[in-house]
Amino acid sequence: MAPVSTERDLRLDLFRGLALWLIFLDHIPSNAVSWLTIRNYGFSDATEIFVFISGYTAAFVYGRAMRQHGFVIASARVLKRAWQIYIAHVFLLAIYLAEIAYVANSFDNPLYSEEMGVLDFLKNPDVTIFQALLLKFKPVNMDVLPLYILLLAWFPPMLWLLLRAPSIALIASAVLYALMWFFEWNIPAYPSGVWVFNPFAWQLLFVFGAWCALGGAQNLSRWLNSPILVGLSIAYLVFAFGIAMTWYFPRLAVYVPKFVGEAIYPIDKTNLDVLRILHFLSLAVITVAFVPRNWPALKSRFFWPAIVCGQHSLETFCLGVFLSFAGHFMFTEVSNRLFMHVAVSVAGIAIMVAIAALISWYRQAERQGGGPRPPAAKPGLAGGDA
Amino acid sequence: MRWRVLLLALLVLAGPAWAELPAQCRVAAHLAEPNFPLPKVAQAVAEKKFNILVVGAGSSQLPGANGAKNAYPARLQQALADQLTGIEVKVATDVKSRRTAAEMVKALPSILAATKPALLVWQTGTTDAMLAVDPDQFSHALDTGINTAHAAGADVILVNAQYSPRTESMIALSTYSEDMRWVALQQEVPLFDRFSIMRLWSDLGTFDLYSATKKLDIAERVHDCIGRLLADLVITAAKPEEQPTNGSR
Repeated sequence: MAPVSTERDLRLDLFRGLALWLIFLDHIPSNAVSWLTIRNYGFSDATEIFVFISGYTAAFVYGRAMRQHGFVIASARVLKRAWQIYIAHVFLLAIYLAEIAYVANSFDNPLYSEEMGVLDFLKNPDVTIFQALLLKFKPVNMDVLPLYILLLAWFPPMLWLLLRAPSIALIASAVLYALMWFFEWNIPAYPSGVWVFNPFAWQLLFVFGAWCALGGAQNLSRWLNSPILVGLSIAYLVFAFGIAMTWYFPRLAVYVPKFVGEAIYPIDKTNLDVLRILHFLSLAVITVAFVPRNWPALKSRFFWPAIVCGQHSLETFCLGVFLSFAGHFMFTEVSNRLFMHVAVSVAGIAIMVAIAALISWYRQAERQGGGPRPPAAKPGLAGGDA
Repeated sequence: MRWRVLLLALLVLAGPAWAELPAQCRVAAHLAEPNFPLPKVAQAVAEKKFNILVVGAGSSQLPGANGAKNAYPARLQQALADQLTGIEVKVATDVKSRRTAAEMVKALPSILAATKPALLVWQTGTTDAMLAVDPDQFSHALDTGINTAHAAGADVILVNAQYSPRTESMIALSTYSEDMRWVALQQEVPLFDRFSIMRLWSDLGTFDLYSATKKLDIAERVHDCIGRLLADLVITAAKPEEQPTNGSR
């Protein structure tokens, strides 16, 4: 039941860093560069990678804390982290409101009179802001942090169970997922509807990540290296790629047999469709098969930019949301030509890397500069720095 | 993806079938190809009397005195009348801004009975996205509307939301666009992917959709192109010899 190893698995940081970049590219509205992100070539997207790895690192960091210092101390740390994420979310909300207010005052194209109605909520900010603080009103692309806050708030008892009976914890999580589908559970949102990322569904990937961190991955390793599983994964990824192509080229849709279409659609992101889970698992199997844990290139300069972002994921994520607002502002105010899309995308990632490196350097300096250190390393979004 | 789209656009440009479209519309022609046939339309064309009903919200109309004349429903009628010589083409509209799919469905039976269309062009999704309506309810409303139209003897084309780059960070269109895609595929009705078409125009610089202009000229040209591409989709889907054959049948 002990963690696989005490040494940090750099692959986690690498892929979380890459997922953060992809989320940033996808979050810039209208970004032409987002064609290269994985969501266009299959069923799942960077969100799955991010939730899974965050569950993994949360278990890695807080699992150790719970074993060493007990349930109460570890829970307090988890909840403190959830609170930090809440603060980050409210900070981003303030920036978002500023952007909306600006658009409301500067844009009046008759082609879009209908769309401008979305700004009506500025007329009663009392209700909207209050609902936002309750996490019921969530602006576009700001659904991930509220999901994390809930997943972390609920994590201490789950972690307790994971440390004692990992299989039972994983089964409990799967049962909750199944019950969610059966009873259509979700959390209500404002002004109407439900949470875009249903926590009852997405908890499954988070708990699965945590389960893997606490020894599950080791138990699975025999299966993970089997050529049959790798072959099946590749076949599934090819299938998903083929289906995804029919979304962009209507004329290809006739090659999808009717029974296949009826079986797979709709592919539900809100409730984390099984097809999406399978797609993510296939990607994970391929990754584990072809990127060994001790791959020397993981320590090379080439992968360092993504790894350093993955190690400071809360900061990098929030910065990414802010930069996506800024990028959109550049498109509307300066230029929306393709060159600008590329420039904004590259510059955004460069800024994310620079800030992550700065945080790394600062933590290092703080550590060497003497003075009392906090008892444990400060974890990232879900234990990034540990 | 984009280079492939460009390549395809070039291939389509070479095709003679689209020669009559103005060049600015044509770059998006490959996105307006039907994936399912429209048998009721084919029948109506054969009978030389083709009634269409356009049901939509604010993005199916234009403001101003000439708004109705320049909005895409009227442009669709014009484009169809030009191409279907000798056939009486009539487009009726039920367009009111700020309506959700469910609200449109409520009004649907009486309007279908009054206009007896062979084709329902149903534009929806924007208001639902703005109000963040439960996606399941949205899909359910789409299913109900399509079934109502089919029961009334009309084919259906779904039209999704406009591409609106300025407000894109404020309206979560993607969930609702995807729902429309799934429902269209399951119900086997063509989806006129207005969002992707307008996005391609914006990316290629065909129209400046970021423009903060208060003038109507861009809006009118966009609606004209949408009307023409819709007309091409209708005609291609209704032609018996060019109906796409579904692999499973």
